[in-house]
Amino acid sequence: MSNLKDFFGKKVKVINLGIPSFADDLKRQNVEVIHTDWRPPAGGNKKIQALLDKVETWQNKVNAAKGAK
Amino acid sequence: MLIDIKEANKKAFDAIQAAQPIIKGIGTCLDTVPGMKQNLILHAGPPITWERMSGPLRGAVMGALIYEGFAKTPEEAEKVAASDKIEYSPWHEHDGVGPMAGVASASMPVWIVENKTNKKCTYCTLNEGLGKVLRFGAYSEEVITRLKWMEKTLGPVIKAAIPFMPEINLKNMVAQVLQMGDEAHNRNKAGTSLLIRELAPAVIKTDFSAEDKIKVLEFVNSNDHFFLNLSMPAAKAILQSAEWIEGSTLVTTMCRNGTDFGIRVAGLKEQWFTGPAQIVKGLLFPGFEETDCNPDIGDSAITETCGFGGFAMAAAPAIVKFVGGVAGDAINYTKKMYEITEGESQSFQIPILDFRGSPQGIDILKVCEKQILPQINTGIAHKKSGIGQVGAGLVNPPMKCFEDALQAYVDKYCD
Repeated sequence: MSNLKDFFGKKVKVINLGIPSFADDLKRQNVEVIHTDWRPPAGGNKKIQALLDKVETWQNKVNAAKGAK
Repeated sequence: MLIDIKEANKKAFDAIQAAQPIIKGIGTCLDTVPGMKQNLILHAGPPITWERMSGPLRGAVMGALIYEGFAKTPEEAEKVAASDKIEYSPWHEHDGVGPMAGVASASMPVWIVENKTNKKCTYCTLNEGLGKVLRFGAYSEEVITRLKWMEKTLGPVIKAAIPFMPEINLKNMVAQVLQMGDEAHNRNKAGTSLLIRELAPAVIKTDFSAEDKIKVLEFVNSNDHFFLNLSMPAAKAILQSAEWIEGSTLVTTMCRNGTDFGIRVAGLKEQWFTGPAQIVKGLLFPGFEETDCNPDIGDSAITETCGFGGFAMAAAPAIVKFVGGVAGDAINYTKKMYEITEGESQSFQIPILDFRGSPQGIDILKVCEKQILPQINTGIAHKKSGIGQVGAGLVNPPMKCFEDALQAYVDKYCD
């Protein structure tokens, strides 16, 4: 709890992820903010995320096998 | 399978860098293009049947049938086109490409481009100019008359001129035009000008009549897009060198037939992944509305696949006057494409980005992960056959193509 009090007692610097209007609101209040154009992988599409995960898992196995050689 | 995707993609990317497409010559489609037959019509985009063809593609097919003597009238051509006398096949399955409808038939002259690195050839018809032309689905008498002149005079004169020209390395020429304000897809003023510099003295040296030589040079000079039909087979030759590298996730084909958009991927040999062709957003010629526009059509997206065209729009800010937007948009489109590509071209440099190499080698994994679609700029055909071009603009492929390719990749390699 005390940590949280310390946090609000200091000047806030913000890194905003995703929705740009959140950063715009802070800028209007003179809060220092860096916006990062981030989106969840595959735009949150679970089917595509699962396919990308399969590719990643396969590549981890490939790299492990290469390392074992 | 023990395939490292990074290694496979590096191999594909290196092959793309090593490709050196040159102008080899001009031939007749029937005698030159692999698998060509008298009754075969080649078209842009992925495979399609007559029943599913859009207006401009149907119009171009009808025009080609009249040109070849299969029919005398458009009505007769329509019947012949729907009969089993005629076969259809995508240009891409015959080592070639065609702009817009992309229709080619047996008698048409074609450019022959050779990749000096692997000695493989690619092909494309000669550009007819703008207005009422076959590639936009027009088939009136003036269209057929021009095609006959191209067969009897334009093709033979340029064919005879080529031996008098120095070797034309098209990769170098595309690299040069990017320094001159073209992006070699929808802006080809510099490319056509550079070609004329090489072509004109060689045409003069041929034995054709002065009248024929003048007509040929006037025709090329009057058509800013004459170079497009060389930048496209050059891109095809460059990308062909990455086909079919096992395990690679790089895209080697993006094309559309006016109904479907299709892609092919280096590690998924000869498989098509398709989705609905999209409506192009851009600037329309006076008198036309969005409801007049056909969905996206043509093999010219091979330029974007190869890292120029829409991917190098930052090099051609003036193009926004043709496709819409402001100059800053052109820069932003190029910058965004670095997010979904394997690397930067060693040949195609963009002056305003401090000569950074253009984004090259579209990776289906990056497209799917980041949900950023390739940026294409393109001409717009009227949806009815026989009318022609109605504007130009910007378009993206449907995400479905990339997601289906990813599914096929997982099925082939990861299960």
